[in-house]
Formats: sequence, C-alpha cells, structure tokens
Amino acid sequence: MPGRKVRVLVAKPGLDGHDRGARVVARALRDAGMEVIYTGLHQTPEQIAETALQEDVDVIGLSILSGAHMTLTPRIKGLLQEKGLGDIALVVGGIIPEDDAAELLKGGFADQVFTPGDSLDKITGCINGIISSHRKS
Amino acid sequence: MDIIKAEKVRKNKESWEDEISGLPERSEPFDTVSGMPVQALCTPLDLKGFDYEEDLGFPGSYPYTRGIQANMYRGRIWTMRQFSGFGDAYDSNRRYCYLLEQGQTGLSVAFDLPTIMGYDSDHERSLGEVGRCGVAIDSLEDMEILFDQIPVDKVTTSMTINGPAAILWCMYLANAEKQGISLDRVGGTVQNDILKEYIAQKSWIFPPEPSMRLITDIFSFAADHVPQWNTISISGYHIREAGSTAAQELAFTLADGFAYVEAGIKAGLDVDNFAPRLSFFFNAHIDFFEEICKYRAARRIWARRMKELYGAKDPRSLKMRFHTQTAGCSLTAREPENNIVRTAIEALSAVLGGTQSLHTNSMDEVLALPTERAVKIALRTQQVIAYESGVANTIDPLGGSYFIETLTNRLESEAEEYFRRIDELGGIMAAIDCGFFQQEIADAAYAYQRAIDAGERIVVGVNRHHSDEPVQIDLLKINPAVESDQVRRLKLLKEKRDNTAVSRCLEELRHSAAGSDNLIPIILKAVKVYATEGEIVAVLKEVFGEYREKPLF
Amino acid sequence: MQQLVAELLQGKKRAAARLISLVENDEPQKRELLKEIYPYTGKAYIVGITGAPGSGKSSLTDRLLQKMRSNGLTVGVIAVDPSSPFSGGAILGDRIRMQDHALDENVFIRSMGTRGSLGGLSRTTREAIQVLDAFGKDIVIVETVGVGQSEVDIVRTADTTLVMLTPAGGDSVQTLKAGIMEIADIFVINKADLPGAEKTETEIKAMLDMKNSNKWRPPVVTTVATINEGIDNLWEALQQHRSYLEESGRLMEIRRQRVRRELTEQVEYLVKNKIWSQVKDTIELNDMVEKILSRRLDPYSAASELLEKIDFYD
Repeated sequence: MPGRKVRVLVAKPGLDGHDRGARVVARALRDAGMEVIYTGLHQTPEQIAETALQEDVDVIGLSILSGAHMTLTPRIKGLLQEKGLGDIALVVGGIIPEDDAAELLKGGFADQVFTPGDSLDKITGCINGIISSHRKS
Repeated sequence: MDIIKAEKVRKNKESWEDEISGLPERSEPFDTVSGMPVQALCTPLDLKGFDYEEDLGFPGSYPYTRGIQANMYRGRIWTMRQFSGFGDAYDSNRRYCYLLEQGQTGLSVAFDLPTIMGYDSDHERSLGEVGRCGVAIDSLEDMEILFDQIPVDKVTTSMTINGPAAILWCMYLANAEKQGISLDRVGGTVQNDILKEYIAQKSWIFPPEPSMRLITDIFSFAADHVPQWNTISISGYHIREAGSTAAQELAFTLADGFAYVEAGIKAGLDVDNFAPRLSFFFNAHIDFFEEICKYRAARRIWARRMKELYGAKDPRSLKMRFHTQTAGCSLTAREPENNIVRTAIEALSAVLGGTQSLHTNSMDEVLALPTERAVKIALRTQQVIAYESGVANTIDPLGGSYFIETLTNRLESEAEEYFRRIDELGGIMAAIDCGFFQQEIADAAYAYQRAIDAGERIVVGVNRHHSDEPVQIDLLKINPAVESDQVRRLKLLKEKRDNTAVSRCLEELRHSAAGSDNLIPIILKAVKVYATEGEIVAVLKEVFGEYREKPLF
Repeated sequence: MQQLVAELLQGKKRAAARLISLVENDEPQKRELLKEIYPYTGKAYIVGITGAPGSGKSSLTDRLLQKMRSNGLTVGVIAVDPSSPFSGGAILGDRIRMQDHALDENVFIRSMGTRGSLGGLSRTTREAIQVLDAFGKDIVIVETVGVGQSEVDIVRTADTTLVMLTPAGGDSVQTLKAGIMEIADIFVINKADLPGAEKTETEIKAMLDMKNSNKWRPPVVTTVATINEGIDNLWEALQQHRSYLEESGRLMEIRRQRVRRELTEQVEYLVKNKIWSQVKDTIELNDMVEKILSRRLDPYSAASELLEKIDFYD
C-alpha cells in the first residue's frame, strides 16, 4: 500500500454551506484509493490555493452550489497560476448552468465541470484519467 | 377484529403468500427511497391492538394524527407559500408582487448567502455572492423596498434566516411599524433553528450557547409583543436535503424541537407561553406514502411528548403546525421537465399528510433560481391539487388504510429508537458535539448515491430512460450589476444616516450582549437608525465568538 | 532534485511540499535527498500529539499553533489520519480546524495518511519531519490518532509527547490502553467542560503516584480547546518539559537513541533489500518451502543456507 497515491483537494469556496456533495465525493475518492484533503466550509480562494501548494495535490475539486462559480473559479485559477500551480487540474462541481460550464472550460478556468446527476464513478474516472495523462507527460 | 375472523384472515394470508411466492417479481428493490423495506400487502393483522381513539383520534383532537384543525382544508386550503428571493430588494419585491397576483397566499423570503452569514454586501467575503441565491438585505432600507406595496398585516411572511434571525426579524418589525401596522397584528415565521444548522444546513455564525440565548430572546419578545408570530420553524427539510432518511428527518427534527422546548423552560418561560408558536418545516420527498406517514407520525409523537413529558396543557402547544417544501434533492438537472411531475407527487403527499403551508419547487431549481414561468407552474401545481383533484374535500383520507397506519407506526418506532440513542449519548447537544447526526446523515447520503450509481435506485431520465438531449430551458440570470449597485447604495446609506446614533446603539448592544438582557429591543433600536446587518453581527461576534466547524468525517 | 533541496533550504514552500511527496511516495531519489538534507536537520523541536479519535487533537493543535506563533516561533505541522485498510485511500480532514493558519507564512501544514503502516506513524512520516526540520521550522508538531502501535512510534519520534484524553464519563482511566501511561510527557484532558473531567484528572494522578517516579512527573493539564481554555497552562507545561530535557541532558540522550535507531533501521532496511532482491520467488525457494512443509528440511537450516548464497558486496 505504500507508494504513490493520488492526492485530491476537495474545497468549498465562498459562503456556501451545502457540503453533502463534497462529502459524498470525498468518500468515493477515498474508496477509490485516493487521499482526499478536505478543508471544510467557507474557504477563501487564498486558503484554497495555499492548501493546494502545501499539500502538493494532484487535483483540486471545487464544490459550489451558491451560484458564485463564475467569480470564484477564475479567482482561484488565477491564484494557483501566481503560485506556479497553474498545472494542477481544477475541476468544479455544483449548480452550474451549461453555458457557464462551457465558459469556464473554454476560458481555461476549469478542466472539467460536473453537475448533479453525474455519478461518482464518472467523477472518480475523470480524476483518474487526469492523473494518468499527467503522468504520461 | 375478533379472534375467529383474525384466524381466517391469517389462513388466507398464508395462502396468498404461497400464491405470490410462485409469481415472478420485478427486479427493482421494494423499499422506500429511505431504504426501508416495503411489505407487499398490509392487512388487519398488521394493526393488532390498533385503537382509533388512542392512535388516531379526530382531526383537531389529541393526538392529532389526522390533522391539527378540526375541519382542515374544508375550512381553509393550506397556505401557498413559495420560497423566493434573488438579486436586490427591487428584484425580489417585483417577484413577490407577481406571485401574490398569481394567487400565492403567503410570502417566504430567501436571503442571499452574505445576508445569511451576517456579512454586508460590501464585505470582501461577499464578493461574487451578492443576490445569487437569495435577496441581498443589508439594512432596514432594503427591507422597506422588499415589502413596498405589500401590507404586512394582510399577508404573513416566512423568513428563512437562522444565525442573524433576530436582526432580520427586527428589520421586518421595524418596517411593519413604518407601514403603520402595530406589532400585534403582524404574522409570520422566522426559521431561527440553529440546531439544524450545526447538523445540516451549516449556515451558522455564533456558537450554540449564545445562539440559544438569541432564540429564547425571540421567543420571549414575541410572546409579549408579537403574539401572532411563529418564533421558530424547527426544520427537517435541510436534514433531509443533506441526505438523511425519512426516519432520521423525523427523529432529528423532533429531537431539535424538544431541545428548544427544554431551552425555553430553562430560560424560565412557561411552556404554554411559547410552545404554541413553535412551528415545523418538513421535506416532501418522492416516496409518496413514506412522506404521508412521516407527517402523521410527527404530529402524534409531538402531541404525546409535549403532553406527557413537558406537561403542556394548552392544546395549541400540542398541535404540530408545519410548512412543507418539496424535495430539492429529488430533482434532476437532466430532463428538468420531469421535475414538474416529481414536485406534483411530492406536493400531493404533503397535502395528504395535512401540511399547513406548502412550497413547491420549480423545475429549473437544480440549475439556477426559478424563472417566472417555472415558478408559476409550481404554484399552479398547488392550485390544481387544491381545486381540481378533490383531495382537499375530505380530511386525512388515507387514515385507516392498513398500509398507511402500519407505516406510520413503523416510522414512529424508528424515531423512538433514535430518541433513545440520543439520550444515551447524553442529549442533543452532546450528540451534535460528537457528530452523531452528521455521521448518520453522511452515511445515508453516501449509501443513496452509491445505490443510484449502481442502478439499484432508479432516477428516471438519469439512470434509466434517459435521452441525453441537451437541456433546453431558459434559466434565470442574476444581473451582475446587482452587486455593484448594492454596494453603492450601502455607501450612500452610511453617509445619509445618523452615524452617531448608530455608534451609540452598537455600543449599547455590545454592553447588553455581554449581559443577560433580552437583546431584541436594542437590536430593534439599532435597525431603526439604519445600522446594517453586518455591523450588528460584527458586534455580536466580538462578544459571542464564532462557531467553528467540527472536523468530522 | 538538487534544485529542490536548494529551494527548501531557502525556505520555499513549494519545494518543501514536493520533497515531502517524494519522501511519502518512496521515490527512487529519496535516499539521495535524505542524505542531502540530513546535515540541516536536528534543530527543530518535535512535539507529538496523540489520543483517541474525538479527543480534539486538531483543535488543540490549532490553539498550540496560535500560541507558538504569538511567541515568534515558526511551526510545521504533520497531521496524520488513518488510511482505509480496504482501499488504501484516506480522508484527511485535520486542516478543517487549522485553516486559520493556512495563510500564515511561518506555518506549514501537511496532511498524511498512514498508508498501511501498522502504527499511526510510518517511516515516511518521520522522514517528512526531517524535511520540515531542514526547512527551518523551529517546532514540528506531529499529530496522530492513537491506534495500533502509534503511541510507541510517536514517543520515539517526538521530544515531548502529549497524550490527549477526554473526560471518561462512565468509563475510567483503566480502560486506556496499556502503555499510554508510560509514553506521556504531558497529559491533556480536553473537553474539560464535560462531566467527569475532575474524576479523570484524579485517576491519572493516582496512577502516576503508583508508578515509580521518573525524574519527570507528567503534569495533567485540562483544556477546552474550542474556547481556548487551558492553553496557557499547556504551553507552560511544554516549556517546562523542554527545559527539563535540555537542562538534564535528557534531550541529548533521547536524540542519541533516536539516531541509533535510525541507523539500525537503515542498516536493516538495506540488508533486507539486498537479500530479497537476490532471493526471488525462484523454483529453488519454492522447493525449499515444499521440503520444509514435508519436514525434510527445517526453516532454520534453510535460512542459513539461503544466506550463504547472498552477495552483500556487489
């Protein structure tokens, strides 16, 4: 069991207190053998970026159900880039209408956007996919 | 049923069981959405010892299983109260007027996250969040705009607000007075249920003790000055949305209720003095019968405990009044039109369960806040049920059904089991502290998601019968200028108002908060001189501290 | 990698983070790395915190962090949570209570899973401590769940070990695992506002009375971490223990033993690797196993036989 593990930061940015999804995803990732750093509610973008740095994570997952995703996601991406962490994959889940999702992806702010209805297997699979393509390069 | 008849039924049941054991069965599991196995058939045998007077009683009579009013919807249809709010007070005021025009009979305010968490719109933590999932209210001025043209003596208002409930309530009361309406004629509800925040909704500000103090301050002030006001809406909705089962929703909500009763008694209030104004708020999830039975069990449990354990004498203390909202977590982002159907079924269960007021979700709520069109359909759903389906013509029509009474009993006994476990842990605060509720909820949520992913639990349009077409409905967009406009208006307000008076009030508040006075009068004074919510919360945070999330998993 | 080490010594957090990962993942350059940074270790003071789940370790760590920072100390934290024995994954949630310090330049927090090590503290955890030591942190706090062998691990790793308990309520201190009394330098009764705190305190003190007195008698400190109560006393106790260790020469002795153990472990590790890289799952090995099974050979002679064939010096 020692050896390389995938480390994922599951973060709740902003004032949104709905953590059911984040906690369910965290569990699923753990059950898939990953190490999930969960930092709790009400995280500022700065806290998230700094945590990603210290924990040397492979992927950051943001859970946003407050409608503030178009402000928070770019802000977090920007901070990550400032810290030299622009390469870390950033995925976002929550209440995100399709055209916002498209904008986030097109603008390079997120690598993947999940919505309610996406299965845990899909999310886990996507993260594993991101990891393997990173490891190849 | 006499012994000879019962024996005959038992024999016939056995042959029926033989018969069905040879028949093919569908592959789907036969359990409720909560995972409770469902019997193929219930018969009188399942209700041995059932006593109409003891277990059901008449509507409006103890133990109120059949309903809390003697003539229920024959007297008055439930209040149609759509939870609503977005953007700034102007936007929401327009929506409220629209809903009232379309036949809504009560108002329900959804506040934005900064307001819920006690931040003004110009706070750095409010960036990007202003007006996004509710209306932005920073001061009495916003409250005045919100209720412009809406006479608050003619319509009751429910406000979903917890941590800063006292402040928003005072703004509402101050506005009423400005409208020339005396407080004894003002009716409504504040959610004000901090215990479920720690457990489920997680929009907390202060730690438990000072939060309880604010809650009992509201109880006490209302008892003396705002007698028509429901001082708390003890909520199961959020517990369910966080992933709990129906039995957990029932048990944890009632347990919270008992904790508030005990807090009120401990604060020196006579139970019959504040209990009549306690109200509840439940979820209406998609498993039709389970929900109906949940409401009936809730009424019975509450009545019995209030009478036997807390010695309440006033019948109004024993009657559980509740609002229901159809389950947001049952809705899908795919094929959102299907949500209209889900909501209709859920609304029907709430009605058959005897709810006093009802919110029906809009079909687009998994994607955004509701558009006018979507919320109108949701409202019409209630109206069709009320006026076309006939279900409101008779009271508790499912009462006496073998299945319904069996399931009601079953839910009640599961709830009692939870009460026992909570007692063993040392009471509700201890249970919250050690993460008991949170763990039960998280486990249930995870199991549910796994079941869906595995296809064991069917969600039409998602894991069965899905078309994979792109979603094609209009969605509500929040005007991005809302935030900057709000910030600008806030700045102007702070320049216009009497800042000396504001400072003085805040000082007095700081002093009183450190003592044990009822804080409502001073908060009322502060809001009247246009102290902002953020300023008041900041003072209280200094005195009370802030609650910090438990590192539980 | 040289680059990373240089950056670590310059105080770059990204380097520290990457190096801890390297160490955790047992990557091939690891030994080289540890060799390079070793000269810069030995300065940090290591505080170990252990206790049953739910005793409030991360809350206490958070408060201690505050205290240390207000005294101008730089701090590294390693928060260890158990990995799932089934999936190997873990949810590392200790940061929830420490996030107030996330933006403090002088604090570095790293969450680690136990990753299958039998105790709460693995070799890699201790190596991660070395990274933070070389990184220049004045204090490194290692916070771990008291399960399995972890208590023993922690006392070998830390200079001062805190054992956390909560008021037992009905249970008594007797139910504590054997060995816990021996390893604590300081006992912390957290959530001391709950009933039974005094009883627990009395019981611990009674047990301490019964033991033969070492030179250091572990104090019992009561705290309510969530409201910052008792933290000053705890800090006092920590200072006192540190002074005692330093003044009595015990600290040197502890570190000497630690180094000796590290050396022994490394030698054994190398030897083991040497042996098993040469003795593969060959037909010969399987053959031996069959012979032993049928009692034509015994495991003791077989082992000696195998060993004779090992070349240790290639």
